[in-house]
Amino acid sequence: MTHTFIKKLYYGDIPEEKGGGSNYQTKDDSTTWPLWEVFIRSKQGLDHKHAGSLHAADAQMAIENARDVYTRRMEGVSIWVVESKYITASNPEEAGELYEPAIDKIYRHPTFYQLPDEVNHM
Amino acid sequence: MPVQDFEQLFQQKIDAEDKIEPKDWMPEAYRKTNIRQISQHAHSEIVGMLPEGNWISRAPSLKRKAILIAKVQDEAGHGLYLYSAAETLGMSRDEMINDLHSGKAKYSSIFNYPSLTWADMGAIGWLVDGAAILNQVMLCRTSYGPYARAMVRICKEESFHQRQGFETLLVLSRGTDEQKAMCQDSINRWWWPSLMMFGPKDSESTNSDQSMKWKIKRKTNDELRQNFIDMIAEQIKVLGMTLPDEKLKWNEEKKHYDFGEINWDEFWAVVKGNGPCNKQRLAARRKAHEEGQWVREAAMAFAEKRKLKTKAA
Repeated sequence: MTHTFIKKLYYGDIPEEKGGGSNYQTKDDSTTWPLWEVFIRSKQGLDHKHAGSLHAADAQMAIENARDVYTRRMEGVSIWVVESKYITASNPEEAGELYEPAIDKIYRHPTFYQLPDEVNHM
Repeated sequence: MPVQDFEQLFQQKIDAEDKIEPKDWMPEAYRKTNIRQISQHAHSEIVGMLPEGNWISRAPSLKRKAILIAKVQDEAGHGLYLYSAAETLGMSRDEMINDLHSGKAKYSSIFNYPSLTWADMGAIGWLVDGAAILNQVMLCRTSYGPYARAMVRICKEESFHQRQGFETLLVLSRGTDEQKAMCQDSINRWWWPSLMMFGPKDSESTNSDQSMKWKIKRKTNDELRQNFIDMIAEQIKVLGMTLPDEKLKWNEEKKHYDFGEINWDEFWAVVKGNGPCNKQRLAARRKAHEEGQWVREAAMAFAEKRKLKTKAA
């Protein structure tokens, strides 16, 4: 199967060649703020959950920005931030090998065991 | 595995309604289309702050001012969610901002129209955000995971925008003759540009469509536009106002409203940079970016200093 890429114009998706364009160049910014991942606990007793990411100069500013970007409607009671470069993610292409050991161990699930009806609620 | 097999597996995932995540294999064209679409969407949120920011200092009451500030702040937040989603595809924030400022990247043409009266704050919320919501609700189910998640977040916040817009117009529609006239004038000016937001007619493209096949989009421009017209044509009755289209009429057979011809020459003129405010909008964005440079530098310098202090202690 090969793709012939057919362009169609959608709302919010205007092709570049139709545009005006100019030679304006943003002045070189030597100080790009690093990227941070934001995790938010929505209420006491729940886990922190990934909310998204943002740019900030340091951890303190990342927390303040996360407050403004991700909790404008009281969505959180606690915020974690970590610089994105410190996150190591598993490789989706290796997912097969990585999760294979769990596939044939159905005896890890409670439903594997057939018990007489008299043994309620076990 | 040859590329064709990857593409086949990719399409199978899409067909099975599996989401595509940043580290998954994807065709280059899928990546490019998403980067273009998500970044344009982000730019639209950011530039969209300008016509409304224009009225913050002139809002008629403290309540309206607080609401407008909250709404403009939401738009900035929406821009950030979307920039983050686009960054997961490998384009840096700086590159995106630069493409906006150079005019290479586009944003929704609607924001190249001026906001002339207070009633425009109502019409923008009701019509412009209303049109955007239809598109965004559909995009909550788009195939690229980070884009879909950003959309879910945005949709939760967007309904406040449309409701406050309608309420603003409702108040005017029950006011003095002058206020009523202002309300009608604003609707007259924003109606057609709002319809253009959905993009060209489906018939302009006769080929089968890749964005639909990849489930980036799930409804065509004309479908969304018709949904919008059917919705607004009913809501306007509550305002006691009219839409500026003599051909607008309920079609019993189709169970939809018929409507008049959109001025596509105007649409393309605005897209190409010749709308009433294109230059003004870009100039405002560049100015904000340039004048913010010292702040970005100062924040970095301060962060460095704080780091050294912590080490020394």
